[in-house]
Amino acid sequence: MFKVKVYVTLRESVLDPQGVAVKNSLHSLNFSEIEEVRIGKYMELTVKKSDRPVEVVVKEACEKLLANTVIEDYRYEIEECVAQ
Amino acid sequence: MRFAVIVFPGSNCDVDMFHAIKDELGEEVEYVWHDQDSLEGYDAILLPGGFSYGDYLRCGAIARFSNVMKEIVRAAEAGKPVLGVCNGFQILLEAGLLPGAMRRNESLKFICKPVSLKVENNQTLFSSGYAQNEVITVPIAHGEGNYYCDEETLQTLKMNNQIVFTYEGENPNGSMANIAGITNEKGNVLGMMPHPERAVDSLLGGADGLKLFQSIVRSWRESNVVKA
Repeated sequence: MFKVKVYVTLRESVLDPQGVAVKNSLHSLNFSEIEEVRIGKYMELTVKKSDRPVEVVVKEACEKLLANTVIEDYRYEIEECVAQ
Repeated sequence: MRFAVIVFPGSNCDVDMFHAIKDELGEEVEYVWHDQDSLEGYDAILLPGGFSYGDYLRCGAIARFSNVMKEIVRAAEAGKPVLGVCNGFQILLEAGLLPGAMRRNESLKFICKPVSLKVENNQTLFSSGYAQNEVITVPIAHGEGNYYCDEETLQTLKMNNQIVFTYEGENPNGSMANIAGITNEKGNVLGMMPHPERAVDSLLGGADGLKLFQSIVRSWRESNVVKA
């Protein structure tokens, strides 16, 4: 069994209007040190072992559905765990 | 001519679309549920607006894997007219039938109001009823209509005259190059954020959208009805 954490964010080249709005709000709260905010999505997957390597499964899931690679980047962390 | 209005769980402009075709345009139309295997017998496919699958994950991301989508891809490849409005446009983008993607509106607000559109290309089967550069009024109603594509794709869109409608005057959502509607390279798949089906009767504020549907019918008649 694997616990997989998937992070999806807008690509660097794509303006993130939510991030800009939150940054401006932080600035008005005197967090002037915070220079940039990028808002993304965080997903937790539980993946069982199969004949396909877990990396292949997760990468394909990201490419096909979890991220839209036209505007989004994704990264993931895979952690093996004991099934309970 | 027979139209299909595809209904996804969460579509909410399907009835408006049906009304526009049946009562205002006067053509045959049927609802087609998203799990259907066949679109045989339909001459044009309409993907209405709404919030398919609650906009979960991304707008259109889940609807794009509906069973009927395989048939929509096939219809598009066969050259049949495929029109996606609002959420329908988002689904066509997610499905890769049109290039690019949608971002949240620049203002982060859901915007619902009539807007001015410029007809950038009246040489498509969807826009032949308009004059080139004609300015029309059609309502928008969306929170994610901020069209994006990379620079290379934008150049291709321009070179092939795939940009059919742009926002005239104010750009309501921040879309790249003021894009409101684009076709695929072949010109038989149109995606647009504004709702032509909500502008088909002057009683409801304007009928500028009706010409779009009339254009589809005219093009179909020209190529399918044998002249006596």
